Parts: sequence; C-alpha cells; structure tokens
Amino acid sequence: MNTKVNLAGVELNNPVMTASGTFGSGEEYSEMINLNHLGAVVTKGVANVPWPGNPTPRIAETYGGMINAIGLQNPGMEVFIKRDIPFLKKYDTKIIVNVCGRTTEDYIEVVERLADEPVDMLEINISCPNVKEGGIAFGQDPKAVEAITREVKKYAKQPVIMKLSPNVTDIGVMAKAAEAGGADVLSLINTLTGMKIDINRRTFAVANKTGGLSGPAIKPIAVRMVYQAANAVKLPIIGMGGIMNAEDAIEFILAGATAVSVGTANFRNPYAAEEIVRGIEGYMKKYNVEDIRELIGAVR
Amino acid sequence: MAKIKEIAVVASQTRLGDDVYSMWIKTKEITAQAVPGQFVDLYTKDGAKLLPRPISICETDKDKGLLRLVYRVVGGGTEEFSHYKEGDTIEVLGPLGNGFPLEAGGKGKKAFLIGGGIGIPPMLELAKHLPCEKQVVLGYRDVLFLNEEFSPYGDTYIATEDGSAGTKGNVLDAIREQGLKGDVIFACGPTPMLKALKAYAYEHEIECYLSLEEKMACGIGACLACVCKSKSVDEHSMVHNKRVCKEGPVFKAEEVEF
Repeated sequence: MNTKVNLAGVELNNPVMTASGTFGSGEEYSEMINLNHLGAVVTKGVANVPWPGNPTPRIAETYGGMINAIGLQNPGMEVFIKRDIPFLKKYDTKIIVNVCGRTTEDYIEVVERLADEPVDMLEINISCPNVKEGGIAFGQDPKAVEAITREVKKYAKQPVIMKLSPNVTDIGVMAKAAEAGGADVLSLINTLTGMKIDINRRTFAVANKTGGLSGPAIKPIAVRMVYQAANAVKLPIIGMGGIMNAEDAIEFILAGATAVSVGTANFRNPYAAEEIVRGIEGYMKKYNVEDIRELIGAVR
Repeated sequence: MAKIKEIAVVASQTRLGDDVYSMWIKTKEITAQAVPGQFVDLYTKDGAKLLPRPISICETDKDKGLLRLVYRVVGGGTEEFSHYKEGDTIEVLGPLGNGFPLEAGGKGKKAFLIGGGIGIPPMLELAKHLPCEKQVVLGYRDVLFLNEEFSPYGDTYIATEDGSAGTKGNVLDAIREQGLKGDVIFACGPTPMLKALKAYAYEHEIECYLSLEEKMACGIGACLACVCKSKSVDEHSMVHNKRVCKEGPVFKAEEVEF
C-alpha cells in the first residue's frame, strides 16, 4: 500500500500535514504525538522581525467552529531559524515554513533568508484576514496574487506554495493567477472572515472585531473550493478547512487535493493529525486502494 | 510523564451554589502529576462545541487517582458538564500550565491565599500543600461556596459585594478592615482583583503570585490565543507576550502587565 504523495518534487510519507498557526513549530504537540508519523509540519507564519499580534481576546467559539484573530504573532525569522528548524530537523517529516509579511519586501527578506536553510517548502500566506497590512490584501486581487507569486519565485530556492483566501468571488481566478505567477503548489482554504458578538457584554467576542472562521462549519465550502481550484489549474493542491477526521480528509483528496492540512481539529483532539494518518490507511484497506494517488481528484 | 488526554470517569458531582458545581473525576495519571495551581482542559460531548474548557484543579486525591474540579456554569459547555452523573465519562487533557511556587510559602512565612469568585477553587489545593502559616481571603458576589473547606488550613475571611456575609466589598476591603498582614500573596480571580493585588503588593513590598485567566484554544502553548502582556521581552515569543497556558497561568506579579 502506498501513501506517499509528491508535491512539486518533494515526497511526503503520507498526505497529512498540520495547518499553519494551529501547531506552532510542532514542539508543544511533540509531547503528545509522534511527528515522524506526519507527512509534513507546516509552521506558524514567520516574518522578518518579531510581530506582537493582536490584543486579547483573540479567539471565540462558534457553532461547529471558532473565530481567531491572533494577528500573526511570531518571534521573527532569526529566532525561528536558530530554534525551530533544528528542532524539526530531528524528525523524519518534511518542513514547510509559512511566510508572512506586510510588504512584498518583507516576504522576500524571509524567503531569501530561508534559501540556504534545511526547509523543504515555503508556504506564502497571502490570505490572513487578521492583519491590517499584508496578508489578505495580497490575496483578493488576481493581479496582486500573480505579482507577489512572481516576486517570491525569483528569490525562493524551495518550491513555493501559495496559500489562498476563500474571501474572494471566484477561487478559480485566484488559483489561475498564482499558477500564472509561477506557483508550484496551492493550499486552500485559509479562514473565512467572520464576526461574533457577545450579547451579555454587548461587545465583539474577539478584540479585533472580525476574525477568521475555521472548523467543521466551513468544511463544505472548503471542499467545493478545492474542487473548483483543482479543475482550474494543473498544480497540486493542499486541501484544508474543517478536517476533523480521516473521512473528512478523504473527501478533500477525492475533490482534488494531493495533500491535506489538519488545523482546528488539533485543539479538539491533540492526537487528530496522527489519527487521520491511520484512518486514511484504514480506508485504503477497506476499499482495496493500493496507491493513495488513485484517490486524488477521483470524483469529477 | 507528560500531559495526556484520556477518558476519565465521573466519580461524583454535587451542586455547591447557584451555578457552581463540584465534580470528582477518576484520572490516575493526570492526578499523579498535578500540582497546586495547574489546570485541565475538559471536552464536551457536543461536537459543535469544539474547544476545551480550561478548569482549575481544586483538589487531588492521589491515593485514589481522583481530581476535583469546581466550576461555574457560564455557557453551554459547562452546562453540559453540570448534568454529568457518577459513571459518566469525560475527556480530559492535563495537567496543564505551571502551579504556584510552594517554596515561596516556606515555613516561618505568613501567606495570603486570596480567591475571587471562580478563582477560589485552586486556592484549596494550594492551602493543603503550602507549609507556611496561611490566612485565606475569599471574595464573592453573594452566594458562598467552598469557604468552610478552608478552615482546617488557616483563618478564613470573607468579602461579599452585597454585604450578605463578611466584609461588604472586595478582598482588599476585607484585608484592610481586618488589619491583616502577610509576607507573600497567592491569588486567583478576576482581572480587576489581580490588578489591585499587584498594586497592593507593590505598595507593601511583598511577594505576589497571580493566576491569570484568558480565552484559550489548544491549552498547550501552540496557538498563541491566551497571551498576556509581559514586562520584559519573552524569550519564546520575542515580544512582550507570555502564554497563560504555558508560561502561566501563575505569574509573579511584576512579570505581567494589566
């Protein structure tokens, strides 16, 4: 039985990775799960300098989901390179670094700095809804998506994943723009912009007023968008959005995803990502699937 | 040993006050590791409520592997827990965070153990383990709970907002009214109370340890939801943020800013 998948020349032991921002750089979860069992760890967004993030409260639970507005708090690339990359190198898993920035120059500074580091892939976050500059500002206009992809590709030594926002009118247009800019892989979806009001305190539930909605509540939207993107471009796709178990993960793969990311589920169940790896193997056994690649985009 | 998530069995549940419940759960490994001031995450059975509820550890019975959780019903999740009966199961992750530094309350010292509202429960486990002389100051809105259980460990003083018991006002009003003095403060409660205690400790030049609360998701330090402002640049975050679930929930008062 083969569970290996290939993303732009990078071979993953299995298609399961962690969604950026939900898993730090893996250190905290490594106390509870074996990172060797994951296809890849996708780190929390890393910027050129430390970012303090947003005021608290930063999260709120909603029905079947949660809203977050962390604001890309991160320690900056130098500490990340010194501390987090050596930690992840101890494991037999691929390292995908999520890169965030306020300006094109910020993104490029991080991409250039990571060029000679033992990092397998870069995921460019042009879809964070919780920061005033950068993030989603790059991800809602196809011309901007194409331009930043092209700039990043000039400097990147590793394959580039463009992480797309669902807060757009046509995901296919955005996927094509990233492809035109030279992206190697697409990942989607980031969170949907949402809002929750605390009726007892009569205020916004998160200090940022709006935040990114994630969790099983958004899964049908995510599956639909992965399907549309997969039909719009030839690039491999990392699918995510509300994956709670192996059945959810397989839905994304059948819709056209080559790999999947587990995010909010980690909060509900710290063992989720590892259990999903085993669950996919169970599904393959049950239906006599010899090679996981038979499942990718099998529903058309 | 490390933090684990497991399915615990409810040993008993009683109602202490209007909306305050006391639940003993059997979870041997978590109980064995738990120290005063730590917390656990409880998960609802209702899958639409995704996030765990962080609940402080009120007491442990290490021989029997039992953990006591005293919590207030504040929403649908805690409401679900309040219906659990003996024999029901509950998913629990723990022990989480760092406890109170017991060495700060060594023999010969006189400590204040101060709890406000649903910040009172963790002070009970602390009272059982602190070697020094203890004076317990408990603040309530109106209905009392757990106060009688502190009496074996030290003199207990009460403050209520409506004046129905003890001093009318807050915990600091009770301390002033009774003319209490101490060498070190251990406290858990609402942010305004912690802020006032930090100022009081600074004014009287005494050590002070505060247990903070913030909205949490992962509970183990990965998601960065539950940060508090720190005085110095934190070496993990490289900014003025510390994680309540990981570096806390107990902080030295001068480390944190409100």
